[in-house]
Amino acid sequence: MSLLDYFKTSKVSTASLAKERLQILVAHERSSKNQPSYLPKLQKELLAVIQKYVNVSQDAISVSFEQDDDQETLELNITLPDSQVKGI
Amino acid sequence: MARVIVVTSGKGGVGKTTTSAAIAMGLAKRGHKTAVIDFDVGLRNLDLIMGCERRVVYDFVNVINEEATLNQALIRDKNCNLLYILPASQTRDKDALSQEGVGRVLEELKKDFKYIVCDSPAGIEKGAHLAMYFADDAFVVTNPEVSSVRDSDRMLGILSSKSRRAEQNEEPINEFLLLTRYSPERVKLGEMLSVEDVQDILSLHLLGVIPESKSVLNASNSGTPVILDEKSDAGQAYADIVARYLGEDRPHRFIDDKKGFFRNLFGGK
Repeated sequence: MSLLDYFKTSKVSTASLAKERLQILVAHERSSKNQPSYLPKLQKELLAVIQKYVNVSQDAISVSFEQDDDQETLELNITLPDSQVKGI
Repeated sequence: MARVIVVTSGKGGVGKTTTSAAIAMGLAKRGHKTAVIDFDVGLRNLDLIMGCERRVVYDFVNVINEEATLNQALIRDKNCNLLYILPASQTRDKDALSQEGVGRVLEELKKDFKYIVCDSPAGIEKGAHLAMYFADDAFVVTNPEVSSVRDSDRMLGILSSKSRRAEQNEEPINEFLLLTRYSPERVKLGEMLSVEDVQDILSLHLLGVIPESKSVLNASNSGTPVILDEKSDAGQAYADIVARYLGEDRPHRFIDDKKGFFRNLFGGK
C-alpha cells in the first residue's frame, strides 16, 4: 500500500467486482452445461399439453435436470392456478 | 512415450501462439525433440512468431491430403535443431482438417518426437476441437480479465467432455493454467484479478504466470520465441514454466510486485 493509496477514498475494487460476477456466471454455466439438449423442447411440449387442460402461464412449468455420481434426476414442477380446471 | 500438449484458451489474443512458440522452444532447448503444429488453418501465424515464414513450402493440410510427406513439410528451427514446425495451411476451406487425418499425422509424429505442441486457434470450432482432441496435456492460457476467464472455463468443459480421452473413458487430460499479461502492480491496486482469484474460479493447477512485458512484442517483431530472450521477465517466466512441466520445483517469481520502494511510495504505475 503506497502513501498515496492511503489517502484515496476507499471504494470497491473493480477486481473484486470482476471476481464476484465471474463466480456467479461460471457456476450458472457449469450447471446448465450438463443438461441434456432436449430439455427446452421437452419443456415447451409439456407446456402445450398441460395448457390443453389447464390455463397455466408460460412460467408455471419448470424442468430441471440434476446429475449426481450414480443417478440422474429429471424434476418437473408445475404450478397450477387456483381451481381453474377447464373440464375434461 | 510421446506426449501431445494442446495450448488453448477459447478467447483470442491471450497469447496462445506466443506460448506455443515459447514452450516448444523451451522443451527442445532442454534436449527433447519437439514438434509444434499450427492448427489455425486459414490464419496461420506460428510461422511468423517462430521466424520461419519464408521457409514454408508444404503445410499441415498438404500432409493430411498426402500431397507432401511429413518430412517435407516439417521446418527445422534455425535456433534449435531439436525443434520442428508444422505450419498451418492458408486455405479458406474450413473442412481441410479431418479428425482421421490429424490423428494419422500425430501418430506418425509420435514415433519420432518426445513432445508435440498443438497451437489451437481461438474459438470452439473445428480447428480448436481437433487441436485439443488428441491431447494428453492442456495448457489453458488465460488473461486476468473477465471474458478470458469465462472462455477458459468453457474450454475446460470441452476438454473434459469432447476429447478422445473423455470419449474413450481414459484418464482425463492433465489441465494446467498459464496466466499471461499479468500486472502485479494493477493487482495490488485492485484493478486486476489476482492469480488466486483466477484459481478460485477455474480450480486449475497453476503452471506459471507470465508478466505483461515489452519483450513479448519485441520477440514477435523479430520472429524469435520470447523464451530465447533470457534476460527478459517473460522469457524467464516461460523457462520456469517448462521446468515445472518437466517436474522441477521452481518458485513463482513474477506474481508479486517487485517495483522499488520509492515507486510504491508514490503509487507508481
